[in-house]
Amino acid sequence: MKEIIMVKYGEIALKGDNRNVFENMLQKNIKNRLRKLGRFDYYRKQSTIYITPLEDIDVGLVVKKLRYIFGIGAIQRCAVFPKDFSAVAAGAKEYLSDTLESAGSFKVEAKRADKTFSMNSPQIQQHLGDVVSEAFPHLKVDVHNPDITVRLEIRDNGAYLSAERITGAGGMPVGSSGKALLMLSGGIDSPVAGYMMAKRGLVVDCIHYVSPPYTSERARMKVEKLCEELTNYCGDIIFYCVPFTEIQEKLRDNCPEEYFTVLMRRLMVKIANKICARDGYGAIITGESVAQVASQTLSALYCTNAAAEYPVFRPVIGMDKIEITEISRRIGTYETSILPYEDCCTVFSPKHPRTKPRYEDILAAEQSFDFTALVEEAVEKTEVKRFKYGEETVLLN
Amino acid sequence: MAVFWEKKEFMVYLDNAATAKPCAECCEAVIKAAEERFGNPGSLHKMGILSEQILSSAKRTILNALGGECAPEGDIIFTSGATESNNTAILGAAEKYSRNGKKIVTTAIEHPSAAKALDILEARGCEVIRLAPKDHEDFVSALAEAVDGNTLMVSCMAVNNETGYAVDTARLYRLVKRANPRTAVHIDAVQGFLKMPLEGDLISVSGHKVHAFKGIGALYVKKGIRVAPLLAGGGQQKNLRSGTEPVELIAGFEAAVKAYRGSAERFTELKKRLLENLSKMSGISLNSDEKCLPNIINFSVSGIRSEILLHALEENEIYVSSGSACSRGKKSGVLAAFGVSDKNADSAVRVSLCADTSESDIDFLCENIENGIKRFRR
Repeated sequence: MKEIIMVKYGEIALKGDNRNVFENMLQKNIKNRLRKLGRFDYYRKQSTIYITPLEDIDVGLVVKKLRYIFGIGAIQRCAVFPKDFSAVAAGAKEYLSDTLESAGSFKVEAKRADKTFSMNSPQIQQHLGDVVSEAFPHLKVDVHNPDITVRLEIRDNGAYLSAERITGAGGMPVGSSGKALLMLSGGIDSPVAGYMMAKRGLVVDCIHYVSPPYTSERARMKVEKLCEELTNYCGDIIFYCVPFTEIQEKLRDNCPEEYFTVLMRRLMVKIANKICARDGYGAIITGESVAQVASQTLSALYCTNAAAEYPVFRPVIGMDKIEITEISRRIGTYETSILPYEDCCTVFSPKHPRTKPRYEDILAAEQSFDFTALVEEAVEKTEVKRFKYGEETVLLN
Repeated sequence: MAVFWEKKEFMVYLDNAATAKPCAECCEAVIKAAEERFGNPGSLHKMGILSEQILSSAKRTILNALGGECAPEGDIIFTSGATESNNTAILGAAEKYSRNGKKIVTTAIEHPSAAKALDILEARGCEVIRLAPKDHEDFVSALAEAVDGNTLMVSCMAVNNETGYAVDTARLYRLVKRANPRTAVHIDAVQGFLKMPLEGDLISVSGHKVHAFKGIGALYVKKGIRVAPLLAGGGQQKNLRSGTEPVELIAGFEAAVKAYRGSAERFTELKKRLLENLSKMSGISLNSDEKCLPNIINFSVSGIRSEILLHALEENEIYVSSGSACSRGKKSGVLAAFGVSDKNADSAVRVSLCADTSESDIDFLCENIENGIKRFRR
C-alpha cells in the first residue's frame, strides 16, 4: 500500500489570477525543507499538493517538518487505492488499525470530486462506515464529536483514505511577500514578532547590536541561538551583527542621560535603514508593544519611528506580555529568550528615562554629536552570517 | 554552533576557584585507566579487580591528603562532584540523625549546593541558624556557641569561594563536639582541599578545583558516622552511592591530588604583588582580608560594574570572575554577609591563583585593570 501526504492550502486558496506565484513559492519551500529526508514526487491539483515519497521514508517525520511551513492549511496522511470501492474496503483495516485501535468513536466523511465514480458521497459514507464498524467492533459511531474522522476522497488520480488530518501553520508562504529586517534583541518579544511576520509571507532576516565588553559573548550566542530556532519557521536567515560599542560610548559622553534610550534606538534604526537600502529589505520589524517600557510610550515610539526610512512593522504592538509569552513558548523561543545575559539595550540605560520625550528636544540632543561617520563605520564593520535551516552556520563576510 | 574562540598561545587564567585546568598527570592517568583498566570494579574477574585497585588506591591518597587528624579514620565515597557530596552529607545525615534534634547551625556564606539543601531541611521543619562573619569577631566560637542539645548538625564551608575567607575547621570541630558530642559536623571543603588541614565528620571535596576532571568529587565520612544515600540502585560503595564508579575519573582525581603543586608561600608572594600593584590605583577596596587564603583575592574597582571589567579583561585574554561563576547573572548575598556594600558588590572582581600563575601574569592583569579604569570608570 502506498502512503502519500496531501498538503492543503490555507489562505492561498483565496487568491485569484496570481495564485500560481504563491503555489510555486509554497512548493519550493516544502521541497527545501524535505530535501534532506529523501526524494519525493510533487503533484498539484485542486488546491492540494500531493507529496509522494519515492523511497522508504518515515512519513511521520515528513508531517512533523511540514507543520512548521507557512502557507499550509492542513496536512493529511493518506493511503492511495485504485478508484474501486472493494479495493478500499479490502485495505482499510490494515491501514487504519494503528489509529483506530486506540480510539473510542469515529465517523466517515466522503468527498467525490470525480463525479464519474459509481457511488455518491452519502453512499460511500454508509458503506465505508459498515466496513470500519465490522473491522473494529469496539468503535462507536459519533457524527458530532468523533475521536477520529475517517476520510475517503475520490479524486482524479485515485481514492485517498485517511484517518489523520493535522492543522498546518497557516499564513502565507515565506518569501511570497518580500523581505524585511527584524531587530532581534534577545528578549521574548522580538522573536515572536519575526515569527508573526514570517507567517504573513515575509522573508525575515535579523539585525542585532553588540557592545563588547559591556555585553558578553554569551549574549550574542543567545541571539544566534534564537536565529537558529526561528529558521524552523522562517527558513534560512541572514544575521547582521552590528558593533555598537563606540556609538553607545559617544552617546553616553555627549548626550543628556534621560534621552539616552530613545537616541540609541534612533541610531539603531538609522543603521537598519542603511542595511535595508543596501541589501534590498522592504521593511523593518520590531517587537515593540505599547507601554511596555519607557522607550515604548507613544511619544518615544514617535521619535524612533521618525528615524525610519522604511515601514516599521510591530506585530505585537497591541498584545500584552502574557499573550506574547504564550506564543513564544509555543514556537519554542521562550527558553532561550529568558537566559539572563545583558543586551546592549540596557547598557548605560538611565535610571529615570524621559517617558514623554518631545521630538524637538530629541532632535536638539542629537545635534550634540555628529554620528554620521560612526553609523557608516558600524554598517561597514557589521558581521554577516547565514543560518541555514537545519545546517551549520555560514559566515558571509 | 558558531566558532568564536580559537586556542590561543597566550592566556592568563585567573579563575581557578571556578575550575582549574586539568593537569598533565591527571589527563595521562585518565587515558591510561580508560585504555588498560576499563573493567567494572564490581565484576568478579581480573578486569574488575584491576579497576577496583584504582578505587582503593585513590581512597588512600585522598584520605591522606585531607590532612589534619581525620585522615586515618574514615571512608571516602566518590560522587559526581561537590554538589552531590554536599547534598548527600546534609540530607543524608539529617535523615540518619533526625532523632538528635531539629536545629542546624550554618553560615550565610555557604555555596548554593549546601545552602539549597539546607533550605529543603528548613522546609521540612528544621530550624536553620545562619550566621554571617561580619557580625562576629570570633566566627568559629560564634558557630559553636549556637550549638545546643537539640542541634543535629553544623554545616560550614572551610573556605569561601568568593572571598577566600577560611575557617579553622579543627577548632570548630573541637568546640562543637564540646558543646554537643552528638552534633554531626559537615565541612564543605571544595576550596580548602589541599590548601589547609581539614577536620569534620563529613567533608565534601571536588576534583576539578584541584586540576582533575569535572564530574568527580568525594565525600569523606568519619568512622561511625552514618548517612542515608541519595540514590537507589546497585548498592555500590557500601550502598552509599549506587552507580558504577567512574574509574577513569577517579584515577585522574588521584593523579591530580598527588601532583598538586600549589603552595601557600607562593600564593602569598603573588597576592602581595597584586595588592602592591592595586594599592597604586585609586578606588580599589579589598574584600578579602587577612582571614582569607592567599589564592583567592576579591576586590572592588569602584565605578565599573564587574561584568564590564570582566569582559574588558577577556578581550586581552585575561580570565577572572565576577563574584561566583556558578550564579551567572544572579546576585549573591555572600559578599553582603562579609559586610561588603551593595555598590562594592556590584563592582567586585575575584582573582584566583594556581601553581602556574606567574609574576608577569599578575603584572599584566594589573596593567589591564589600570587601562580599564581609565576607559570605563564613571
